[in-house]
Amino acid sequence: MRFTKDHEWVSLDGDVATIGITAYAAEQLGDVVFVETPEVGKSVTAGEGLAVVESVKAASDVYAPLTGEVLEANAALAEAPETVNQAPEADGWFAKVKIADASAYEALMDRAAYDAFLETL
Amino acid sequence: MTMQTVGRPTRPEDVQPLDSGFASLTGGRGLLQDEALIFERDGWGKTGVDLPAVDAAADDLGDLVRKSPIGLPGLSEPEAMRHYVRLSQKNHAIDLALYPLGSCTMKHNPRLNEKMARLAGFADLHPMAPLPTIQGALTLMDRLSHWLKTLTGMPAVALSPKAGAHGELCGLLAIRAAHEAKGDPRRRVLVPTSAHGTNPATAAFVGYSVTEIAQTDDGRVDLADLEAKLGPDVAAIMVTNPNTCGLFERDIIEIARLTHAAGAYFYCDGANFNAIVGRVRPGDLGVDAMHINLHKTFSTPHGGGGPGAGPVVLSEALAPFAPAPWVVHGPEGLTLVEETVEEAAQAFGRMSAFHGQMGMFVRAYAYMRSHGADGLRQVAEDAVLNANYIKARLSGVMTPAFPEGPCMHEALFDDSWLEGTGVTTLDFAKAMIDEGFHPMTMYFPLVVHGAMLIEPTETESKQELDRFCEALIALATAAKAGDVDRFKGAPYLAPMRRLDETLAARKPRLTWKPEPGVAPAPLAAE
Amino acid sequence: MRYLPLTPDDRAQMLGVIGAATIDDLFADVPAAARKSEPFDLPHHAGELEVERELSGLAGLNRAAGAGPFFCGAGAYRHHVPATVDHIIQRSEFLTSYTPYQPEIAQGTLQVLFEFQTQVAALTGLDVANASMYDGSTACAEAVMMARRVTRRKRAVLSGGLHPHYAATTQTIAHAEGMDIVRQTVAIDAEAAVIEAIDSETACVVVQTPNVFGVATDVTAIAEAAHAAGALLIVVTTEAVSYGLLKSPGEMGADIAVAEGQSIGNALNFGGPYIGLFTCKEKLVRQMPGRLCGETVDADGRRGFVLTLSTREQHIRRDKATSNICTNSGLCALAFTVHLSLLGETGLRQLAAINHAKTQRLAKALAAIPGVEVLTKRYFNEIAIRLPGNATQMVEALLEDGIVAGVPFSRLDPAAGLDDVLLCAATETTLDEDIDAFAQALSRRIG
Repeated sequence: MRFTKDHEWVSLDGDVATIGITAYAAEQLGDVVFVETPEVGKSVTAGEGLAVVESVKAASDVYAPLTGEVLEANAALAEAPETVNQAPEADGWFAKVKIADASAYEALMDRAAYDAFLETL
Repeated sequence: MTMQTVGRPTRPEDVQPLDSGFASLTGGRGLLQDEALIFERDGWGKTGVDLPAVDAAADDLGDLVRKSPIGLPGLSEPEAMRHYVRLSQKNHAIDLALYPLGSCTMKHNPRLNEKMARLAGFADLHPMAPLPTIQGALTLMDRLSHWLKTLTGMPAVALSPKAGAHGELCGLLAIRAAHEAKGDPRRRVLVPTSAHGTNPATAAFVGYSVTEIAQTDDGRVDLADLEAKLGPDVAAIMVTNPNTCGLFERDIIEIARLTHAAGAYFYCDGANFNAIVGRVRPGDLGVDAMHINLHKTFSTPHGGGGPGAGPVVLSEALAPFAPAPWVVHGPEGLTLVEETVEEAAQAFGRMSAFHGQMGMFVRAYAYMRSHGADGLRQVAEDAVLNANYIKARLSGVMTPAFPEGPCMHEALFDDSWLEGTGVTTLDFAKAMIDEGFHPMTMYFPLVVHGAMLIEPTETESKQELDRFCEALIALATAAKAGDVDRFKGAPYLAPMRRLDETLAARKPRLTWKPEPGVAPAPLAAE
Repeated sequence: MRYLPLTPDDRAQMLGVIGAATIDDLFADVPAAARKSEPFDLPHHAGELEVERELSGLAGLNRAAGAGPFFCGAGAYRHHVPATVDHIIQRSEFLTSYTPYQPEIAQGTLQVLFEFQTQVAALTGLDVANASMYDGSTACAEAVMMARRVTRRKRAVLSGGLHPHYAATTQTIAHAEGMDIVRQTVAIDAEAAVIEAIDSETACVVVQTPNVFGVATDVTAIAEAAHAAGALLIVVTTEAVSYGLLKSPGEMGADIAVAEGQSIGNALNFGGPYIGLFTCKEKLVRQMPGRLCGETVDADGRRGFVLTLSTREQHIRRDKATSNICTNSGLCALAFTVHLSLLGETGLRQLAAINHAKTQRLAKALAAIPGVEVLTKRYFNEIAIRLPGNATQMVEALLEDGIVAGVPFSRLDPAAGLDDVLLCAATETTLDEDIDAFAQALSRRIG
């Protein structure tokens, strides 16, 4: 699993990247009430908007960590947005994206680097 | 991701409920009456209005007649009175106690205004009645316009916007029209980081992209940043003055000059006009358009959320683009220019049907006439005095966000004084409820951490201000002494405890629905 | 001054606590060039008596609708409001309360809004209603904006029977958002003409029933055509009492239904404050503008109400909000819901039936006059009539006879070329004698 400074995580299986927000982010947001997931087939560019996660009082943009095409959005979140709070780095994933460039994934922070980054906040 | 969080829980936490040791036999709580929904009383066939029987049938309408039940219960008059009076008991109100809501100007709502608005000549007047029959209404609009223009030092006013945000829209649409008329459509609007949410929302609505201007350490617009961001693609800046931190923008004239030099217009959010009315004219500051919240500065009632009114004063540059309709003096009396043809050819369009919030015009005009120029000046002075008094009395226990210099009509505190107590701004606010006060504006402006914005207005007596300060000092002291449960479980004494907003957002229930199996029996289809 | 509690002593004491010598010290940040020391050229303060005298004088220069035979409609209707309504909206706790952002001390307002939302959804036959908008025309404009967000298409088709002010308002706002507004030619009975204009770029079609000429239309076929093209149907109603007689927009396939709610609970007030009703299908709720009140529970497990789905709104989403709207029409919504609770379904249906019957009588009386053509065949409580001459001049003439005959269509839309068309409404407040007097006077003037 890799991480961004914007608190997204990515895990890669072949050329399919599963993306979500980290446990730290989920805790900061408070109760998640809704996730606006991207449309299947949408092209996303690293650093641009992928999804929006809403808590009661705030709406936060989630950025795509990598460039690619959306293959699947987590439909279960519509009925159970609390999954993001309960299992942010597992069942609370937002989207699966087919990526072209695996090296971009390698360039992201690993768990140790992300944890160190969190210490600085 | 952008970490947009105000970092507070939206569900009640587990705190022990208060045990008073006394319980009534049937759950009654003295004067405080509970009240079910009108849909839960089985009044499906009832009506509380006596209407004559009707002979004619609606055969001419054939299939267009509604056959399905609507699903509306009815109440007799005594039941209706009880229902709504019981509900009213659960509301805080200005008539009850202070609402220290920064940016809202919760001043007393004079009852003379209500009486005047209900005169048959105003209330029972149709907007499209023939012109000879509405001269009094047009005259009032004309006089109100005169007061607004004189108080602001601006040459024109658009009365039709129905609320402050609607006024912002009007102002930006006029600005956009002015640029288009010059053949120079511009794409960006500059907005300070401390701006009210309606400012960027309105700019985006009108198709502009929004760029933020930084704030200095003393809470004002950063001139250098403004200058750097002004350019040929900037249509306007939107600045609140006094600003949302409760401070007068000292460099306002320079801000206007820089803006105009770049070919842009200066939109001023007039929400805080109460601080300067009768003493300072926005027209003298270089403003091109400013909305005035009649429900703030000019006392029209908040009514639980509306209606408001947001007339917009305009500079010479923008006046030609004002929306229809407006009042003009004609050969046979006053008339309305209503349609955007001929005289109104440059008008950017129409903000809504008819002519504006006449009911609010009558109220605001009665207020202005009651106060006069001298009274309005006193309003601003007392509003500023009251806010500074609160700031002075509370600065010993709470941390002002901008301690240097006076504030205007509202005092802003941050939450650094709560550090280490385990009590948040939210908790503190909820504990104020138990002391008998509505919480102040919290978490706004966004530029200050855990912001608490307090605006008393001029209609608070010194006694009430002292009562308020003493309550906050007592609460602040308790927080610092570690009395955490008082705050975490607050409010304890309100008609309702803290509500689960998470549940409301995750599982929205926006209308009453009959329980399956518990038939409410709305009227059967014919 | 009666609204200002501070005494000179208070002020002096307070300045002492603050540590300022004079009030001017507190205004030190105001640039010298902008300080006004000389008084404004406006009158001094005045007592209640003086203010009443001036305002009564102005009110006296207006002719109240109740002063004689009166037939104006065109988007605002004269109805009788029970005394209870005005009494309740003047209670301190409703009149002088704020938006219910602190729900623990605003359950009165919130429960009222929840009941209001339920009633409004029931009236239109759709799933959810918001807590109201400024008025029917801005609700219409907002509905078109919403259709754009939902369909991601840019074109809206407005029918030829839509109230011209509603069309103008929608055009003003939509133009700003870069939408393409197609306004069909004004026509008496042509809501269905929108069907021909629907294509793959259409976000929505907007039809009005009863339309500005009073014509009631079954829009089911329009709904089908719109949906087949992936567009939304928006149905506008300017006379809310009509929901008590006519098939609801929901039943006819509307995706969004908006209305002017003034007819229920709210006086004419020369055009404002009014109240916009806004309803839509459940699946569209997250794109809906305006405040929403929802049910929940408190820390003790008791049922309560809160504003919800706030992330759509300006104070959170800022430049990505669904609208910039900040207020609803709170007190007007209260008046609406109190009146509707008193009426109940039985009363509303009866009220609607009376309105319709009165208008049938009016139509019959006017149709009998040689030279007058009643253009509206199927109506609720308003008809359009064609006169032998200019409608505006006829209204002026009839005014001399003590009759306020209605609204000339050319006042709403001077460019439509319908200068001989007059819009006339009749409600439960219209006396049979009024109708007779109108018909007689009109007949005399024509003949």
